[in-house]
Formats: sequence, C-alpha cells, structure tokens
Amino acid sequence: MPTFVKRLLFAVLVIAALFALNAMLSTQGLFGFGLDDYYGRLLTFIGINVILAVSLNLINGFTGQFSIGHAGFMAIGAYASAYMTVYHAPGWELALAGMVGADAAHVLIFVLAIFIGGLATALAGLVVGIPSLRLRGDYLAIVTLGFAEIIRIVILNIDKVGGATGLTVPGYTNFVWVGVFAVITIVIVHNIVRSDIGRALVSIREDELAAEAMGINTTRYKVLSFVISSAFAGIAGVLFAHYNKFLSTADFTFLRSFEIIIMIVLGGMGSITGAILGAAVITILPEALRQLPTVGLFGQEFNFADLRLVIYAALLIVIMLTRPQGVLGTREFGMNWLRRAQKRPEGDEAVGADTGVSIAERDTTPTADPVEEVKNK
Amino acid sequence: MSGAPEHDAVEATKEDSILTEAARAARSSGGGGGGGDDARANGGGGATLRTDKCTIRFGGLVAVNELDMDVHEGEIYGLIGPNGAGKTTIFNLLTGVYKPTSGEIHFQNKRIDGLRPYEIASRGVSRTFQNIRLFPSMSVLENVMTACHIHAKQSLFDAVVRTPRFGRDEEEHREYCLELLGIFDLARYKDEGGTSLPYGNQRRLEIVRALATRPKLLLLDEPAAGMNPSEAMDLMALIRKIRDRFGLTILLVEHNMKVVMGVCERIQVVDYGKSIALGLPEQIKNDPKVIEAYLGD
Ligand SMILES: Nc1ncnc2c1ncn2[C@@H]1O[C@H](COP(=O)(O)OP(=O)(O)OP(=O)(O)O)[C@@H](O)[C@H]1O
Ligand SMILES: [Mg+2]
Repeated sequence: MPTFVKRLLFAVLVIAALFALNAMLSTQGLFGFGLDDYYGRLLTFIGINVILAVSLNLINGFTGQFSIGHAGFMAIGAYASAYMTVYHAPGWELALAGMVGADAAHVLIFVLAIFIGGLATALAGLVVGIPSLRLRGDYLAIVTLGFAEIIRIVILNIDKVGGATGLTVPGYTNFVWVGVFAVITIVIVHNIVRSDIGRALVSIREDELAAEAMGINTTRYKVLSFVISSAFAGIAGVLFAHYNKFLSTADFTFLRSFEIIIMIVLGGMGSITGAILGAAVITILPEALRQLPTVGLFGQEFNFADLRLVIYAALLIVIMLTRPQGVLGTREFGMNWLRRAQKRPEGDEAVGADTGVSIAERDTTPTADPVEEVKNK
Repeated sequence: MSGAPEHDAVEATKEDSILTEAARAARSSGGGGGGGDDARANGGGGATLRTDKCTIRFGGLVAVNELDMDVHEGEIYGLIGPNGAGKTTIFNLLTGVYKPTSGEIHFQNKRIDGLRPYEIASRGVSRTFQNIRLFPSMSVLENVMTACHIHAKQSLFDAVVRTPRFGRDEEEHREYCLELLGIFDLARYKDEGGTSLPYGNQRRLEIVRALATRPKLLLLDEPAAGMNPSEAMDLMALIRKIRDRFGLTILLVEHNMKVVMGVCERIQVVDYGKSIALGLPEQIKNDPKVIEAYLGD
C-alpha cells in the first residue's frame, strides 16, 4: 500500500523533525548547536496557538458560525486534565511504570490526560452547541461569550483546582507534544474540510437555506463542527496547562478568546495556512514589541507590549478596511501554486488546448451577459 | 416548438390519464416503479405530489389560500400566475422552508408538511431558486458535489483517516457530477467559480446541483429567467431530456409563456394565492379567468 507507506513516512519525518528541533531548544543543543530557551517557549506557544487558531477556524471560518469563547473551552480542557494529573496521575503513573517502564508510563498518562481534556471539552461543546446552533442567527456568539465567562467564574470558585490562588501542575508538555498535536490538528481539519462533511460545512457558511434544500442537516453539521473545534481547544488547554506548570483563571479571560479570533481574522477566515500564519504573527508580535524602547506618554512610561491590545484593535481596523477577508482569505498558501508548478511541465499540450477552448467560450458569453443582468432587474 | 406534449394532450383528453410516453416508460423501467405501485395501491391516478387545502398566512396576508394540487408521476407540471401570486411561496411550502398555516402536503403518499427542508430533500424533492443561490466560494464542481451529500457513504472517520472507502466515495460522486455537468454542457467550467459563470449558466448549474441530490420531484423556479430566447429553447429541450433520462416529475414555475406552453403537460394557474385554473396548455391559453388575471394585473 503506497499511500500507507507515504503516510507512515510523513509521520516519522514529522516526529523526527520535532525531536531534532526539541533537542536544539535544550541547553546543550543538538550537535553543539542550540537555541536559547526563550525561543523554545516562543515556538511552543506558537504551536499551542496554531491548535487554537486552526480549530477555531473550523467553526468560525469554514462553517461561518461565530464562536467567541474559545478560551473557555481551553480552560475546561486545562482544568479537567490538571485535576487528573495533580490528584490521580502520580499514583497511576507509578503503578503503570512497574508494568511498562517509567518513560512509557509518563507518555501514556499524558495521552490519557489529553484524552480526558479533549473529551470533557467536546461534551461541553455539545451542551453549548445544541441549543444555540438550532436557531439561525448569531446566538452562538452570545452564548459562547457568556459561557466562557461563566466557566472562568465557576473555576475561580472551586478550591480543589486552585480557585483564585492558582494550581501547580506537573510539566508533562514539551515542544514535541505540542508539535505533534499541532500537526494532528492541521491534518484532521484539512481532511475534514476537503471531504463531503467539509463541503456541507462550507455550504452552511455560504447559504444555509440552499444547503438545507440540498439535503444537509445544517444543525447537525454546525454542532459537529463546533464540537470538534471545542475538543481541540480543550487539547490546547491541556498542553498549555502542562507546559506552563501553573494554572490560573487569568489565562482564560475574554482577551485570550479575542487573541485567537484576531489570529484567524488576520490570517483569513476559512484558510488553514492563514490561521497558522495568524497564530505565528500574533504570538511573536508582543515579543517583538517588547524589544522596542519604552515611550513616555501622558507622563507615564509605556512599553509597546503593554499597548498590545491597542495595537490589536488598530490591526483589526486596518484589516477590516484594507483586506476584510484576511491576508489569505479562503485560499491556502502554497498548495495551489505547488500544484500548478507540477502541472505545467508535463502534458502541457492537453492543458493548453483545454484552456484555449474555455477562453474562446468565455469570449462569446460575456457579451450577452450584461444585457441579461439588466433585463433581470 | 415541439408538438409532442400537444400530441399527447389530444390523445388523452382526461386530465387524470395524461402521462407522456416517456413518463410511462420511466415508470415501467423501474426508476420510479416503487412510486407507481404505491400510487396504484392508493387507488388514485398516480399522484406523486398532493396538497390538500394548503394555506399560509404572513400576518394579514394570505399568500397561499386553500391550494389543492395533484401532480402525477412523470409529468411536467406548470405553475403560473402574475407577480406576487404566491408561486415561490408554494415552492417554499413544498420544500419545508415554510410550514403551512393549515392544510396538508403529501409526497409519494407520505405526509411531508412539518418536515425540515433537508428531510424533504432526502425523500427526493429538490429545487432551484428564483434568485440564484449557488455557493459563492465553491467551484462549479464543488457546488454540485455538495448536493451529493445525501448519498455520501463516507463517515467522519473515513474522511479524517482517508480510508479507501473515502477515496472511492469521492471518486464516484465526482464522476457522477461531471456526467451531470456534461449533460448541461458545463463540465468544461468545472474548476471555475460557480458564481463567476454568466447568468444563464448559473441557472443551469443550479439545476445540475438539484439533480445531484438524485430527486424524484424537481421544482424549478423560473429557470429561464434572464436567458435569451435561444437559451430558453435549449433549456426546454433539456428539461424534457432530464425528465426522460432520470424518470423525474417536474414542477415548473416560469413567466416565459413560450417555455411553459411548450414543455408543460398540465398547467395550474394561481392568483392571489388561490388556484384559478387547471388544465392542458390549450385550455389554459384560452381560459377567460386566466386572461383576466394576467390583463388585470
Ligand atoms: N416570508 C414572507 N413574509 C411576508 N410576506 C411574504 C413572504 N414570502 C412571500 N410573501 C408575500 O407573499 C406573496 C407571494 O409571493 P411569492 O414570492 O410567492 O410570489 P410569486 O408568485 O413567486 O411572484 P413572482 O412571480 O414575482 O416571483 C407576495 O405578496 C409576497 O410579498
Ligand atoms: Mg417567485
């Protein structure tokens, strides 16, 4: 099976690359060549944000249903898994280590934590999604906004998970985990989007009435898309919690949700590569701003990083004015011109003849077109 | 104009027995065989779509008023009337966009009013829209493939893992859609944006998209609108062709009388939401009530 081998090769390559990168990020480096730990943090956060942005894009960009509470789902994943890793994992890991060895036990426990975080969040997505997606309109935005805040306040009042003081969490996550899940998220969302389900989702975004008329159960697919999107937000939350090693509800405020929305608006709603680009830019931007000298304003010293929300808002306005569809819109970077570059050299005769015909056809039709349009109005 | 429908009309004077040769063939060839049996079992004249005193009110306006319809399997049935008569609203009732205020709708002897549009679509009723509603960001082919959803055999798992079943399913639909596009001479535009096509082709693409759901009943809302006369004539031939080829029943709303009279086997006229006439094209043409409805407008 050549496709099977190809996929296996892809997986091995990705994991090898991630391990190599991870080794480079450690203090001793790879073959004596290492990067500062600072960059390791930055890359890891880019990875986590890629998971968040690409998954949010599934519901917001591809399905066209505006969810603005992604941080709330992230919090559910983070706290549900942290509850397990803080209170139960040490015992389980010890027991498992006796059977499969310490390293494997460590991995298995974290896989379980990710599973629990993702599952809890998927269920939360289902509970939020079903009532708010049955109706047409922007109910989802209102509900998710409220839901994220409620979740945060509920967590704030559960002392078992740290409440207002915060929770110390074991550090399971490293760059490889984040990288693997970023790739998994991208592959899964990509495969969903380019399938029958993906066409159903996009058709809902484009014209809900026509989608229903073509036999698509729009409620069902909106909920499905929302649940998948939420589950990945939960997984991002798990990874974040066990990388940061400390959880506080301050990490899951509306500002966090807003940041993820900015990523996809910037990169392009309905573009996976756009979301990746947006995630990278919005992760790096505050760091870059921090490098800039402080400025005195209204008798106070301001660092540009403190002004990041002002800059986001300005960025949003500029995008809306100049390129409302985002940098990439609904297109994917790379894929098209890679394919075109592949096509051109081989069989150019057939391709050339084909375009020749359709151009000739197009030349005759548009002349009649404006007249028809006018007649119709 | 082809004389085939008129020829049939002469042959069969009774309304109930008007079925073209093609429709009869479609019935016996198994395509709609089940439906035909059901109809016979019901004792009726092969009604595939029936409305019973169907009414819808929008506030004070009665947009459709106690409408009775009885569309036979395999026929091309015209629904005409002046602007604002309620034709599109009838389509919206039949496809579940609106729920009737009172009355019933039956399709193949099963009640369909109150069902959601996607449920009605999966029972074999498909439609086009008066104001074209293609999916703007999709290519021509994607627009059509989206409508294959009801018949998709791929699960979420198949799609995510890209199982062989996924590949087979996609290929099967792709081929079927290209074949349908070919019938309407649109296959060569498959990769172009659906809404970037000229107006007439967009209307034809909508018909192709509706056909991709593999309907038994096809509702066409002004398919010839915005087409030039020669395009409209081509469309007439195509409507007949797809009816024969897929064993369809077709309900046609159209203002272009040449098309309506040329292709429809029976015609029902509505005015102010009420049915005012029903009969063969010849009868409708000369019906004083119909003439008054159109002239009085
Ligand atoms: N959702 C609605 N709410 C209120 N009134 C409506 C609604 N839909 C249709 N109507 C009204 O119902 C009447 C019938 O409209 P409809 O669109 O069905 O007419 P039509 O026969 O299709 O006309 P045309 O030939 O112009 O397409 C009109 O008076 C219209 O304003
Ligand atoms: Mg209308």
